[in-house]
Amino acid sequence: MNWRSIWAIAQKDLKEVRQNKAAWGPAIIVPLIFAILMPILFTVLPQVIPVEDVERELGDMDVMLEAMPPALLALFDGLGLEQMFVLYMAGFMLAPLFLIMPLMFSTVVGSDSFVGERERKTMEALLYAPISDLELFLGKVLAAVIPAIGLSWITYLVYIIVVNVASYPLFGRIWFPLAPWWPMMFWLTPALAVLGISATVLISSRVKTFMEAYQMSASLVVLVLALVVGQVTGVLFLGVGTVLLIGSLVWLVDALLIYLSVSRFNRTSLIANL
Amino acid sequence: MTAIVEVNGLERVFGANRAVDGMTFHVQPGEVFGLLGPNGAGKTTTVRLLNGILPPSGGSARVFGLDPASDGQRVRQQTGVLTETPALYERLSAYENLAFFATLTGIPEAALNGRVLEMLAFFGLEDRAKDKVETYSKGMKQRLALARALIHKPPLLFLDEPTSGLDPEAAQHVNALIADLSHQNGQTILLATHNLLEAQRLCDRVAVMNKGRILAMGSLKELSRKLWPVTWVDITFWQVPAENATGSLKTLRGVKQVTGQSVAWQVQVEGEEVIPQVVQHLAAQGASILKVNPRDYTLEDIYFALQAGEK
Repeated sequence: MNWRSIWAIAQKDLKEVRQNKAAWGPAIIVPLIFAILMPILFTVLPQVIPVEDVERELGDMDVMLEAMPPALLALFDGLGLEQMFVLYMAGFMLAPLFLIMPLMFSTVVGSDSFVGERERKTMEALLYAPISDLELFLGKVLAAVIPAIGLSWITYLVYIIVVNVASYPLFGRIWFPLAPWWPMMFWLTPALAVLGISATVLISSRVKTFMEAYQMSASLVVLVLALVVGQVTGVLFLGVGTVLLIGSLVWLVDALLIYLSVSRFNRTSLIANL
Repeated sequence: MTAIVEVNGLERVFGANRAVDGMTFHVQPGEVFGLLGPNGAGKTTTVRLLNGILPPSGGSARVFGLDPASDGQRVRQQTGVLTETPALYERLSAYENLAFFATLTGIPEAALNGRVLEMLAFFGLEDRAKDKVETYSKGMKQRLALARALIHKPPLLFLDEPTSGLDPEAAQHVNALIADLSHQNGQTILLATHNLLEAQRLCDRVAVMNKGRILAMGSLKELSRKLWPVTWVDITFWQVPAENATGSLKTLRGVKQVTGQSVAWQVQVEGEEVIPQVVQHLAAQGASILKVNPRDYTLEDIYFALQAGEK
């Protein structure tokens, strides 16, 4: 395995995708909303609106807290009303939204890398290079996975800082991230980045343009939205165990999709699609 | 001499289409070998088969003694390919394009910069090395694509329609570069083209193809001889020769036919070696000869004769 070639392909793809503004526009705006705008909104609001409004709000929240597993419920012990609201919103309700990012980043870069290369008619020259099919595949997968995980982690970091700073007047201490966020960042996020790229590779053989590939791969976001609904309805809360379990399931699906992608990714099928 | 490329009964079938249908040819070191044929003749498919991009449906191919279908990566280490479209990364600079492919071909990091600059200078692109390729003219892109194909000094170069879509000036420039590579560096080249003039100028031998098959193969001279075993010579006299000159010329060994009148004759001979005897004979008869012009067949004559025969 020639890692120098693999890394060269990944770097080249990243250089190229950096110049594709259509790809980067939404990929930059969404993290800004998630990491800065929403936490400020949900942490500052309870501090400025009248307490009775918060109480009315928490009347509804009681129902939700009843559905929470006891281990998570313990986090709310001894907190004031406003603190409970902030912890509930910033610590749980917004959490699944962050899982959109690794999926989105990896599908953006993956679509540009796999389909964009074909769309721009540069694939043929690459196929004539003295590299193996697997090295080409790995180079392109790395090009998508590395920034997807890296940018997701940067967004998490910004979110952690913003939440703690904005809620400091309320809590008087650094309280975030909560325990489930750790497996979410380091177990589930990489799994979702790989899910995004492996699905994109499979889709890429059936579509003609970058935008088509991006739109189809982006439909994976529906999976994440299911988690949002799960939490809002009280069916599924993202506790440590749940996150680890979901992560394991996603890794299993990744293994299957990667196996399918690698077996279908070869020069003969790539040249046939040119 | 061991052939660099050995192709025997090579086949590639796509559904009902036999893109390559039993091709057999060899390419010797230092030779410029042309695959000449219309679009869809199977030229590009042959290039792909010989580089291990496609597996064959039948027959065999050896490039440097290796089977491209099972050893494609090692074959591609020793080949460079100029594809029909330049296939360059337009958002990257010429330097970045070459450096990328130099890395893929295994040029060591320490030698990479020097090699890239050397190729940019050789192809006259050093002044625009840092500019994005999207700002280049078609001719510049083609030169850059040629530089990319040669970045690792491959002993065998494949050129697939190298001047396709270029204006005459740019095409001439690219052809001159290819001729230089062949004459000065002894580069072995397999040229796939439908451009007859280009093939005639550059190729030592050509295989004329249609519908995946080779119709005829050889040098221009060999092909002419195959198609037209006799040679016509146009002779122009200063003055009308004596009346008996025609009759006596017809009796000369190797002369098959004499036509024409007054000062312009057409003489059909068995081969070019007969022409000096014809000239001597006429001079001995007192004829004052102004011009002797053996008719050369161009690749165009050969190509259309073969394609017409195929139809």
